[in-house]
Amino acid sequence: MELIYTPQQQDFRMEIRDWLREHVPATKLASFDTAEGFAAHREWEKTLAKGNWGMVTWPKEFGGRGCDLIEWLIFEEEYYRAGAPLRVNQNGIFLLGPTLMEHGTEAQKARFITAMASGDEMWAQGWSEPGAGSDMAAIRCRADRDGDEYVINGQKIWSTRAVFADWVFGLFRSDPESTRHHGLSFILVPLNAPGVTVRPIEQLNGLPGFAEIFFDNVRVSADNLLGGEGEGWSIAMSTAGFERGLMLRSPARFQQASKRLVELYRAKRNDILDLSIEDSVVQCYMDAEAYALSTYQTASRLQSGAKIGPESSCNKIFWSELDIKIHETAMSLLGPRAEVEHSDEPDQAMIAAWLDGFLFSQSGPIYAGTNEIQRNIIAERLLGLPRR
Amino acid sequence: MDFTFNEEQLFFQQTVTDFLRDNVTAKHIRERWETATGFDSSTWDALAELGATATLIPEEMGGLGLGFDDVVLMIQACGQAALPEPIIDHSFIAAPLLAQIQQHTPSDQVAELLAAMATGESMVLTAPMINPYLNFADKAAYLLVQFGDDVHLINNRDAEFTSLVSVDRSRRLVTAKCRPNGSTCLTNGRLGSDMWQATLNRGALCNAAQLLGLAEALVQQAVKYACDREQFGKPIGANQAVKHLLADCAVNIEFAKPVVYRAAYTVNVAPNRADWAVSHAKVSATAAAQLAARHCIQVFGAMGYTWECDVHIWAKRVWALAQEWGDTGFHKNRIHEWLVQPKALLGPEFTFGRRNIRDVEQID
Repeated sequence: MELIYTPQQQDFRMEIRDWLREHVPATKLASFDTAEGFAAHREWEKTLAKGNWGMVTWPKEFGGRGCDLIEWLIFEEEYYRAGAPLRVNQNGIFLLGPTLMEHGTEAQKARFITAMASGDEMWAQGWSEPGAGSDMAAIRCRADRDGDEYVINGQKIWSTRAVFADWVFGLFRSDPESTRHHGLSFILVPLNAPGVTVRPIEQLNGLPGFAEIFFDNVRVSADNLLGGEGEGWSIAMSTAGFERGLMLRSPARFQQASKRLVELYRAKRNDILDLSIEDSVVQCYMDAEAYALSTYQTASRLQSGAKIGPESSCNKIFWSELDIKIHETAMSLLGPRAEVEHSDEPDQAMIAAWLDGFLFSQSGPIYAGTNEIQRNIIAERLLGLPRR
Repeated sequence: MDFTFNEEQLFFQQTVTDFLRDNVTAKHIRERWETATGFDSSTWDALAELGATATLIPEEMGGLGLGFDDVVLMIQACGQAALPEPIIDHSFIAAPLLAQIQQHTPSDQVAELLAAMATGESMVLTAPMINPYLNFADKAAYLLVQFGDDVHLINNRDAEFTSLVSVDRSRRLVTAKCRPNGSTCLTNGRLGSDMWQATLNRGALCNAAQLLGLAEALVQQAVKYACDREQFGKPIGANQAVKHLLADCAVNIEFAKPVVYRAAYTVNVAPNRADWAVSHAKVSATAAAQLAARHCIQVFGAMGYTWECDVHIWAKRVWALAQEWGDTGFHKNRIHEWLVQPKALLGPEFTFGRRNIRDVEQID
């Protein structure tokens, strides 16, 4: 155990810090759930890609730097420290990218990873359907093989980023006779294909952050099948593993938020009547750090050859509940100002950022597998309690 | 940056775990409750034989010269077994304090005592001001007693003990009265207060690691019971309401572990700059263990509220250790005081402290 960065790791941190200082936009970009903001975030992804900072853990041939997980954590720490824009292509780079590297053909990697890394193609997810939410194996959306094409019919819902994205990846039922998690295939579909209709859904903040996607005889090349036909479930589970396990929410995000919370608390603490706030601030700071320590521990273990285990299911519960607590505490500190979404007050941007974060935090325990499902997974796979 | 334990550390943990599993069971613990001393010499001797008592004493003083990162898993294992003998207090709290004293002001008396501590032949415990009730202190040959900043070495026969009964029958509490004088004082002043600060950090870390082990043991027992016990024709553990009680315990435990291990590392490197890391560990491990005690008693249902069911052996230890070496309020306050300092270095780049950042002066 040696909890200190090597000189190389420290140099790496300074290299990122210097680059970000020069390149991060001075003014905050509009939300990527607006057309204007999406375009601005796409430009930012291109800027990152030009500096080879798009996805540092990827191999050099795909625009990465071949960094290890500790370096990735350092990158993320500096990224959030610099207040750089959120990653509009996170579905692509954090979820589909690693899945493609593991399961894709050479041609697929060349075709999709490069365009993803360069910021040219943005990705949406297509898992849920109206009848398949927590019970994802109830998927009904069909992909029927017809020569060297699939014909897709059906509906997906809650597809994050689908309103402005270029592609969607997801699970489709390729064997019409199959049930549950058998007979599903992992297919990549261009959202501009004939027969695709994207209907935006407004989120809690009034912006179209996700969408319904309708497929009406949509034809896609069989080259867009990732892995074998009917192997979609296990491939999707590896994606979900990345999502819950390590990459989706890096600790720096919460550490930076809890740091801002401490700063807010210092400014307001003389006006506080609610005695529980002091405790909440301390707890939030500790928990954000605990999440960071846990991630460093997991990264160290993986680098020494271990595999990610069922204990990683604990992550999603921990960070999503922490995010809610950080923002609830901030709302309490802001008092009557907390509800004000727009105003001419000089500190409105700061208030709006907290409110925006508070609204978004409500989604944390729901997406990427609800926390109720996560608790079932922990109970059954980590603790060994009976399924039924 | 390496956050893993090495093979020797894991081997040491396994050795101690195996020994305790076979030799310190709930039955053995209950047998101790029926005895006058509550102390089992053979367990003490066997753990000393395994090297536990010598670990943190420097080699030149007759010990093994190991650090807290080498023993933290073993302390956790002692928590898992709810070990009654105060081997942790002796080996990981009193021994490093006495070794530190010997480094600064060497004396033959302390050298001899350290050698006897390393073999487990003489038991030495601490009596810090933060703990009014002392576990097994009347069985110790010597006590390291805090008077203000002073560290006094008090022989057992020069102290007057009054017994109290703990809710945890494995703990044998006393208060100690003794008269310190110039000849009993080993260290004082600034050096003494630094040593007591480091001792408090070691004590709170030891409790945190034990609480982690206690929490794990509680969950294991509740899981087993929830798999075996059937109602409505199926194991009660198949119900989500029961699953989620235990899943919440597991989440708390998973996120207390790295915090406790980081504290062990920090105490090892700089015991006087470990306040933050140790307080975080004590708060997290206490919360995890208290939730485990609460939820596991619930899972056991009416059985959980009986003397017969073994769960209370672990639950009561949790309730006791939660208050020792500074309670949650004490430790949260240490963190709070630091957080409100304008100079506190906050943010992800300081997770592992300031020495990790090259251009700390440039920042902001």
